Amino acid sequence: MARVVVDVMLKPEILDPQGQAVQRALPRLGFGGIADVRQGKRFELELEGPVDDAALAGVRELAETFLANTVIENFTVRVEESEGASA
Amino acid sequence: MTTRIGVVTFPGSLDDRDARRAVALAGGEPVALWHRDRDLHQVDAVVLPGGFSYGDYLRCGAIARFSPVMESVIGQARAGMPVLGICNGFQVLCESHLLPGALTRNDHLHFVCRDQRLRVENAATPWTRDYAAGEEITVPLKNGEGGYIADERTLDELESEGRVVFRYLGVNPNGSHRDIAGITNEAGNVVGLMPHPEHAVEPLTGPTTDGLGFFTSVLENYLVSNA
Repeated sequence: MARVVVDVMLKPEILDPQGQAVQRALPRLGFGGIADVRQGKRFELELEGPVDDAALAGVRELAETFLANTVIENFTVRVEESEGASA
Repeated sequence: MTTRIGVVTFPGSLDDRDARRAVALAGGEPVALWHRDRDLHQVDAVVLPGGFSYGDYLRCGAIARFSPVMESVIGQARAGMPVLGICNGFQVLCESHLLPGALTRNDHLHFVCRDQRLRVENAATPWTRDYAAGEEITVPLKNGEGGYIADERTLDELESEGRVVFRYLGVNPNGSHRDIAGITNEAGNVVGLMPHPEHAVEPLTGPTTDGLGFFTSVLENYLVSNA
């Protein structure tokens, strides 16, 4: 089975209060040197068939219409190598 | 014949009963609409109520927007039917692209629950015609993701076309751009706002009865347009 990963992030100009809250907690936890944190979402889609152009076009449409709100978010689509193939 | 105002119930809607009660108190006939039913049962207007439709999973309103009932609501809204989205309903309207912009997590991250002062900026919509432009009202506000955001061009467009319908007064409770509490579409028939007029219709349970005007407005609109 092939896995396609969709990452959704708030656009850079959109305030991310959750990411800011994470970043503010870092010094208290002893993690230094981190200038900024942005929080997003990751979707792992297991495709039933092969990952061809048509399947990827379908995933992109799904991401654009449903997984991301393109008013405030950007998304990326990438194919993840299966564990068997990379071993 | 009484005017029929539909109120949609999604799984996770909370304020559908209050909205139906507000319709009845205003003199309309409330009609319960179900999220899986495409049939709008000949209603004259629709209210999308507050709550956490589909658990707010993915994004607030994102899944509700694709429900069967919304196919009909979106079609009718584009044809001119008055539609009011309150809180989660406002989020559904933005996700449906019936209204521009988006609602994001409150900038301070806390859930807000307070009586909120608002200024009615546009008293020409079917949901606000019983108010005067510039009138101040107080209704409850309760949300975690109520920050209204849009790009500068969209905000300028909303301002210049008089499509900002409500603005927060006193404090900006959630980081909304330009203190925007509610907006309308280009045609003026679709209105969305974060505060809850349906919780301010009776002296016993509300801080005021300032919210009743939403529901009397839409009834009057229907009588006028059919006179």
